[in-house]
Amino acid sequence: MTKIDIFREAAFKENSVWRQVLGICSALAVTNFMRNSLIMGLGVMFSLALSGFTISLIRNHTPRSVRMMVQTLIIASWVIIVDLFLKAYIPDASKQLGPYVGLIITNCILMGRAEAFAAKNTPLDSMVDGIGAGFGYTFVLLIISLFREVLGFGSVFGFTFLGDWWPRWSIMAMAPSAFFMLSILFWYIHQKYYIQVKK
Amino acid sequence: MIDIHPFIIFLAAIFTSNILLSNFLGMCSFLSISKEVEASLGLGMAVVFVTVLTAAVNYVVYYQILVPFEIVYLQYIIFIIVIAATVQLTEIFIERFSPALYYSLGIFLPLITVNCAIFGVALFMIIRKYTFMQTIGFAAGSGIGWLLAIMALAGIRQRIKEKMVPAGLQGAGITLIITGIMALAFVGFSGSVIIQ
Repeated sequence: MTKIDIFREAAFKENSVWRQVLGICSALAVTNFMRNSLIMGLGVMFSLALSGFTISLIRNHTPRSVRMMVQTLIIASWVIIVDLFLKAYIPDASKQLGPYVGLIITNCILMGRAEAFAAKNTPLDSMVDGIGAGFGYTFVLLIISLFREVLGFGSVFGFTFLGDWWPRWSIMAMAPSAFFMLSILFWYIHQKYYIQVKK
Repeated sequence: MIDIHPFIIFLAAIFTSNILLSNFLGMCSFLSISKEVEASLGLGMAVVFVTVLTAAVNYVVYYQILVPFEIVYLQYIIFIIVIAATVQLTEIFIERFSPALYYSLGIFLPLITVNCAIFGVALFMIIRKYTFMQTIGFAAGSGIGWLLAIMALAGIRQRIKEKMVPAGLQGAGITLIITGIMALAFVGFSGSVIIQ
């Protein structure tokens, strides 16, 4: 498999969110604004790529019995870097994302990719796979937050373009709409791409 | 330091800011385990137990070790280790003293290490600057709120198991819609108590 194939497979065909239903927590929590989604997505992509690289690098030296713990600690180290970076350079976003940056550690996507891909493949392939999975995740986050921000606040990336004539849907800023938007996305994608494959 | 009675925080964590329905934590195991009522009850009980225990340990570790030694930036790693160690110890302890309980809870314990609800409670307690008693109230409320949500969802899912669902919505899709409707119901509680 070439690097491009690995990327496409991880980003779209086997997308973590809509195909494997992983990483739902943060996909729901940070999608009220597009800016938060983008920052969160990039953070996840960074930690996925580098933790995939590191885990794959030491995959032949890790005893099976402590594998999970080692992977978690590697992931945690990269997430700490993301967290410190956000605190230092984008403090307001770090405040808005709150605990969800730290929660990247327990995001199932990272563990899932580490187990499914990085534990078996070469470091560079794992890194490409991580970037792909992170890209697919960011893509989902941006779609959901686009709808939620436009309908709920009349803006895109904080830039308001809908005037006062647009009634703001305050439900879009609240928790339930996140569930509804994600399930609509699931519905659309499964109906369009996966139903025929199953038959 | 906010001055709210721990019991108020306990109630608020169950209803007005349910850890699952308004903070979206613990979704992965929530979606995959909620197919059966018994399994949900088992996992939910394990979550309540481990949440309270780890929140207490994490509180002590954070304020007695991390803050005095100025290594607060290591909090994520330390919390994860504490949670993993506590889960492991609990497993050994339950296996030794109550084999019956071990057989009903045991298989769920390893799953809990990566449940974001537990880790989330530890992070929220730091961000919201809770005192020790408030942390216990918050942790117990969050655990019970999670148990309540997963039990409700498991009950609903068992009822609709035989019903017709559009092909594209089967599995995660319909579960998310049900959860959304439940979250909508819980929004009704919001505003009655404010804890942050």
